[in-house]
Amino acid sequence: MIPAIVVFIYLAVVVYIGIFAFRKATGKAKAEDYFLANRSLGPFVFLLSLFGTNMTAFAILGSSGHAFNNGIVTFGLMATSSALVIPLTIFLCGTRIWALGKKHGFMTPVQIFRDRWECGHIGTVIFFVQAALLVPYIIIGVMGGGTTLNVISGGLVPFWFGGAIVALVVMSYVFFGGMRGTAWVNTFQTILFLVFGAIAVTVIGAGMGGFKSAVDALLASPATAPLLTRERISPYYFFSYTFIPLSAIAFPHIAIFCLTARKMAQFKKTVIFYPICIMAIWLPCVFLGVMANRVQDVPAIRAKVEARRMLATQGKTLPPERRDELREQSAGDDTLLLLLQRFAPLWLAGLLGAGIMAAVMASDSQILALSTMFTEDIFAFYGGKRRFGESVQVQTGRIFVILLTLFAYVVALQAPESIFELAIQYAFSGYAALSPLIIAALFWRGSTKWGALAATVWTAFAVVAVAVFQATVPAPAPGVTTVCAVIGGVEALARTPGGTAVFGFMPVVPMVVGSALLMFIVSLVTRKPQATTIEKYFARST
Amino acid sequence: MKRLLLTLVVIALYVLHQDIWNWRRVYPMAFGFIPVGLWYHACFVVAAALVMWMLVTYAWPSHLEEEVEGRVPEKKEDAR
Repeated sequence: MIPAIVVFIYLAVVVYIGIFAFRKATGKAKAEDYFLANRSLGPFVFLLSLFGTNMTAFAILGSSGHAFNNGIVTFGLMATSSALVIPLTIFLCGTRIWALGKKHGFMTPVQIFRDRWECGHIGTVIFFVQAALLVPYIIIGVMGGGTTLNVISGGLVPFWFGGAIVALVVMSYVFFGGMRGTAWVNTFQTILFLVFGAIAVTVIGAGMGGFKSAVDALLASPATAPLLTRERISPYYFFSYTFIPLSAIAFPHIAIFCLTARKMAQFKKTVIFYPICIMAIWLPCVFLGVMANRVQDVPAIRAKVEARRMLATQGKTLPPERRDELREQSAGDDTLLLLLQRFAPLWLAGLLGAGIMAAVMASDSQILALSTMFTEDIFAFYGGKRRFGESVQVQTGRIFVILLTLFAYVVALQAPESIFELAIQYAFSGYAALSPLIIAALFWRGSTKWGALAATVWTAFAVVAVAVFQATVPAPAPGVTTVCAVIGGVEALARTPGGTAVFGFMPVVPMVVGSALLMFIVSLVTRKPQATTIEKYFARST
Repeated sequence: MKRLLLTLVVIALYVLHQDIWNWRRVYPMAFGFIPVGLWYHACFVVAAALVMWMLVTYAWPSHLEEEVEGRVPEKKEDAR
């Protein structure tokens, strides 16, 4: 129970920071202040909170879980591709989004699209696709909170109560603190995770008797030796993954965050240090995830290893439902928590659990972003702000925060977690496929609203198509693929144990390429915006 | 010319990310326990940070900064 008490203290501190930030903003019931912290964040808060915004439960717990089952390849797949692509897109697109926001007062990406391409309802379509892809994130955040508190307390805090506490805490500081509160909480959480991540590696490493002996033991076993190489993942899959981080700049919460910097110079440190922050968090998570395979004296870990072994040896002869069951049993998302329970003293496990909680609670930015989008792109755009004023707009945003959090909590209690984990996978690919929109809006004079609409509709269609395909065709056993379409002797479409392959690549590749092609071709044959609008964006073309 | 070189550096880094030559190798191990495939990518992250520093130093879009800061005065009361 001690670790759970430490986590509750941490949650109280988080609420205090959010409310403290709110007090700073008292008397300014302005939309820009609530939703964008008055575009006034300094370099330190900007770097750490932007980074923290991207570090979700899925990223932290999911990375160690993926590494537990797939090995060191996880770091190259998820972390290093992000370390190159995300700061690059922040450098190229984030700075321009910031400049447009400062010059023209934009608060959401859809506002930029509407102005850049002279469109109204097409912007609404983009809003709905963005919102549909963002909601699963918020739900999984609440689920992650419930699970973490449940595991840390040794089952004393039930899932429903843990989820409710986390939802209430996040809702409170987003409601009262808006962007300023969220940014400060994210900064605090990122520092916490960076510090405690280092402590976790040291404590767990010492507890295991040093990493060298653990690595030697992994190498000695034919079942675990491949975890120290990348042979469990194909090079096509590895290449495909480099498309996923394109999603970062297309995520509304990241684009909106780019609007909060006080000066453009604040992007400099963020761009340079972003890769280092990624390494500081992901390297320990991935390494510990792999090392967990040696901790056979923890029954839960042993059960996971056993389920994986059974799936590998008998998977081909088992029915699909049993394979799915074994896959769920072998999932390693709670690996880090189990290692902490095994090796850290109680008080330290609580502190480290609070660090993990910090990552789990990253859904705050998504809740605020959706609230900003709703009030700006729907409420204000369709006349609400004009009729009722800016104060009512901010109150509408706050009510939206409450309703959205309640919705996420109710759904989190009802639905199985695996559904939303899949939805998040689709969301990453979906947002990556939306990235040509922001790139075309900022860099290509010839882009049009019809090109944007075509790319958006394609994205929505592709996400639904992949989801339906994966729901219809059961996942095969490890090492096997179910080929569903062959073109010219080449496997065009296949169901793999981990998802879908299109010509051997992950679906994100054809999704991004298709979206970019549609944006290009449809824009070429449709009417461009007026010359004055184009000049507004490209007066000093770079 | 400077932009072309920087573009080539970024493309080279992207290509270096696909280190298929390390696919099935474990050795040499850094510090005796980090497999080469993991160590390579840790070094890759440091290289990415260096390339980002080069971009910020030699290709910073300062015209955007000038345009905006010419229009919007700095809000000192909100500085954090």
